[in-house]
Amino acid sequence: MLLVGLLVWEAAIPAQKAVEELTEYERLTGAGAAKAGVPPPSQVIAKAWEQLSNPFYDAGPNDKGIGIQIGYSIYRVLTGYFLAALVAIPFGFLIGMSQVAYKAFNPFIQVLRPISPLAWMPLALFVIGDSEASAIFVIFICSIWPMLINTAFGVAGVREDWINVARTHELGPVKTAFTVILPAAAPTIVTGMRISIGIAWLVIVAAEMLVGGTGIGYYVWNEWNNLDLTSVVFSILMIGVVGMTLDAMFGFLQRRISYVE
Amino acid sequence: MKPYLSIENLTQRFPDGAGGELTVFEDASFGVEKGEFVVILGHSGCGKSTIMNILAGLAEPTSGGVIMDGVEVKGPSLDRGVVFQNYSLLPWLTTLKNVTFGVAARYPDWSKAKVEEHATKFLAMVGLEGDVIYRKPSQLSGGMRQRVSIARAFANHPKLLLLDEPFGALDALTRGTIQDELLKIWGQMEQTVFMITHDIDEAILLADRILLMTNGPQACVAESVEITIPRPRNRTEIVEHPNYYAIRNHLVQFLGKRSKELSGRTAVAGEINRPETVRIDKTEPQDDPEDTRPALVAVSN
Repeated sequence: MLLVGLLVWEAAIPAQKAVEELTEYERLTGAGAAKAGVPPPSQVIAKAWEQLSNPFYDAGPNDKGIGIQIGYSIYRVLTGYFLAALVAIPFGFLIGMSQVAYKAFNPFIQVLRPISPLAWMPLALFVIGDSEASAIFVIFICSIWPMLINTAFGVAGVREDWINVARTHELGPVKTAFTVILPAAAPTIVTGMRISIGIAWLVIVAAEMLVGGTGIGYYVWNEWNNLDLTSVVFSILMIGVVGMTLDAMFGFLQRRISYVE
Repeated sequence: MKPYLSIENLTQRFPDGAGGELTVFEDASFGVEKGEFVVILGHSGCGKSTIMNILAGLAEPTSGGVIMDGVEVKGPSLDRGVVFQNYSLLPWLTTLKNVTFGVAARYPDWSKAKVEEHATKFLAMVGLEGDVIYRKPSQLSGGMRQRVSIARAFANHPKLLLLDEPFGALDALTRGTIQDELLKIWGQMEQTVFMITHDIDEAILLADRILLMTNGPQACVAESVEITIPRPRNRTEIVEHPNYYAIRNHLVQFLGKRSKELSGRTAVAGEINRPETVRIDKTEPQDDPEDTRPALVAVSN
């Protein structure tokens, strides 16, 4: 199917007319200049081969290898993401266990959650002052909500019987949290983490287009400014591949900790 | 002299949703001796499970109290092990880990190897050996799960073992084999047991004494029937015993008719509302005046 799709794509792109066939007049008026069209797969594959065979070259601020760009993006995503997890999971535990905390914090969560992460960018740039840290902050703020809400939901939904087992075995609150509530809520928590990493990867591309400098989002935008569509298509595919890999890692974790009742 | 476990004037009321109060049971008082196997029988809604939860420390009575071994029961404790009807095993742990979880909580200073050895021993006592103990509860049948739950409770050597309709969700054949396992392990441990059931035959097979509850609301523990069938008992042999059907008939009569008639009977103020002791023994000469009470004559015909 993939092969058929690629062939259709290849055939649908009209071949560039050879410059020799044009009259002198046409050449003078510029019709002979190569038009930027959507590149065929053959060019993209050639580009991919060229880029992937040397992913870590660094030839100045505007010409870095795809590996370096993706590396910057992953570093930002993971930093923001793990900071978010450090806040969201304990906090989710609190509001999942306490009805009072839930009622107190829920209105704020509901107001903050629908805000597009990029809307924070100007404020982040102004307050933090550093574009790198601002990008990390944007990742932090966008990945915190699914983790927070899923953790609270998972913790609140732990079966009463299991809590009773912990109570009849005289487990203290901390022991109960770690030996009963955490494993019981783990599948829901990891589902939240999986949604979050997906959102974080979506947002980093847009954030890097804004802050510039490095990263896969900046690379896409830079290649667009260079009118190098082959590189744009190639980097779009790379964004997809990295996103899939991140998701697969959490899918693996999810399978490890899920249980059947 | 107070009994080992003393339940005193236990009353439970819940809001009835219309501004008033619903009395589930009132002034329930009874005792359980050390090493005794006591079964409580009654219709749904008479508050058996509520009594069980109070004994476990998972619920608070409206008034009254429970004293065990001279100490008032407040909150859950490892001294009172509970086997829940729905097994309540932790599904993410293996069978063995479900038992070691309890043992490690009971004996925090034991080494890991000792905890595992102890748990394995008790799993073997309920017939779970070999690879089975490394499976997750979801890979076990209902009967096997309840065995794990029983092993977990016994392995902790609680002062009181509470069984909340432990065989309610099992089919009749499985129930039979696990009842045998329970009798066997109880015989070895001299454990004090308090159990809820709906099953009259199960109650006669297992119990030293059966407490009968009247229907709710405003239920009370009306009678305490001694099971005068010698141990060790065996399900095929006890039916031959002359007392078996006499006791069984008495229980059926109570649950079928008298539990309704006695329902809502309010306690006399200032008097401790102990259940009436009933002893039916056809192997003894009939000279005990207690045995000539009309209710008992009626059923022993």
